[in-house]
Amino acid sequence: MTHGAPDLRWPDAGACRVPYALYTDASIYRRELERIFHGPCWSYVALEAEIPEAGSFKTTFVGEVPVIVVRDRDDAIHVLENRCAHRGSTVCRESAGHARMFQCPYHQWSYRLDGALQGVPFARGVGGQGGMPADFDRSAHGLTRLHVARRGGVVFASREDAGPLEDYLGAKMLRWFDRVFDGRPLRLLGISRQRIPANWKLMFENIKDPYHASLLHVFLVTFGLFRADNPSRTEMDVTGRHSALISRRGGDRAASAATSEMASFKQALELRDPRLLDIVKEFPDDATVVMQTLWPNLIVQQQANTLATRQIVPKGPGAFDLVWTFFAYADDDAAMLERRLRHANLMGPAGFVSIDDSEVLDLAQRGIRAAGDGAALALMGGRGVEDQDHIVTEVAIRAFYTHYRQVMEL
Amino acid sequence: MPAWDEKLRAEIEELYARYAELLDEGPLEAWPGLFASDARYRIATRENVQRGLPLALLSCDGRAAIEDRIHAIANTSFTVPRRTRHLVSGLRAPEPADASLRVEANFAVYESLHQDPSQLHSVGRYRDRLVRDAEGRLRFHEKLCIVDGALVPNSLVIPL
Repeated sequence: MTHGAPDLRWPDAGACRVPYALYTDASIYRRELERIFHGPCWSYVALEAEIPEAGSFKTTFVGEVPVIVVRDRDDAIHVLENRCAHRGSTVCRESAGHARMFQCPYHQWSYRLDGALQGVPFARGVGGQGGMPADFDRSAHGLTRLHVARRGGVVFASREDAGPLEDYLGAKMLRWFDRVFDGRPLRLLGISRQRIPANWKLMFENIKDPYHASLLHVFLVTFGLFRADNPSRTEMDVTGRHSALISRRGGDRAASAATSEMASFKQALELRDPRLLDIVKEFPDDATVVMQTLWPNLIVQQQANTLATRQIVPKGPGAFDLVWTFFAYADDDAAMLERRLRHANLMGPAGFVSIDDSEVLDLAQRGIRAAGDGAALALMGGRGVEDQDHIVTEVAIRAFYTHYRQVMEL
Repeated sequence: MPAWDEKLRAEIEELYARYAELLDEGPLEAWPGLFASDARYRIATRENVQRGLPLALLSCDGRAAIEDRIHAIANTSFTVPRRTRHLVSGLRAPEPADASLRVEANFAVYESLHQDPSQLHSVGRYRDRLVRDAEGRLRFHEKLCIVDGALVPNSLVIPL
């Protein structure tokens, strides 16, 4: 299937060094699309709360493939390639809505909600002239259907069968996934989107990198939301491709050894409106932040009381879109809804915390672009790939690239 | 069509000019002073506004929260150096009988990052309500910036 491997040199056998070419090379990017995004991997595509009724739909991407996610009358959810079977036009031009069927604007071929080809204008010709050949078989020319998996109100799709979702995530990751998506109906709060000028893997690395959190994110440290000496864990699944960062907020805001390493720590800052830090315990455990990365395109965010999925949509080796879907539980009271919306200021393209990440990713890609044959270091926390009981580590990055090398055969 | 109250119009134009000037030329710390103490400031996308979804890119409930936003930009956010340029046009002043002083206008905000050509960052519509403070000066009571674009170009740092 694949021709010769891209000419890539890893400085060692493991994943402690990461060649910069991974972030810039077009042929590596094409191989990633082929083997990962368009291959047997479960890509996040939607929350069920976004498509609540029969006929509700949204459009998104699986890798670079445009898709429609639609709820059918029998409550099935279909994920269909958004491309007419006739001559390839985009069929659905809206980002979300309600439809009884999908109709291509060009020749008005129409499709049922499950993608089956229904209507072909002039199929039998006009006045005895024209028409489709007698052997034209509609059932062979519907919208291409992807495999679909659903759990806890979350919808995944894959272009090649990726097996049961439970096996794909594994028990350790399911524990954290099910903590947030526990079966309670969700409520959509809204969607934010940004285009970040960096390779998609840098975003995954950023969320697998708790080492940076207490150094870059002055807001988190200043206001006691996260510090290097908070009780924390870094966990991976057996393959190393998924991870979870789990941390418990301490109450201590005083300067200490943990804050002394941060160049910009500012003890004296106080919020004039402290409601931003009014956090209510809502999960059975003690963790105040859990950030999950689920290969290949999903980040699940629980920080204070703001909950969101972050979907990574690659746009070439040098850019990706980050689609944030913020949600609440349908049974949240008005005070909790208001709290979640207030805490959402921590996140998104203007977030008190997340701005630091999109800004630093821009800088990272600018530096990497000119790095040629060099390689990054991922040695913090040692050289291994096992779970660790702290966050002064890059172990999740090493685990990610260990799996990546296998899948990509690099 | 009712005639503009020219004095009111001049005051409103001055307020919007000052708003843009403080964001673009500084000092940023003076910008919250253009808001009433119980003001609400929100930046939301057209997508969410049209769908009736409550999420904002940025929401401040009260001037204290607006001040926190400015302090975060100055003291805790990591950002690449930039300059913005706010262009406000098509100012639609309130009807003379409208005591709630609703104002709408278009905005376009350009961003100049340190190594790149200037680029359009955001474009959209202001939907605002003004109020007079104790000294009789016009201030923002509610300000909603509706962003037209589907995607924020990387980060939204300086308020729109």
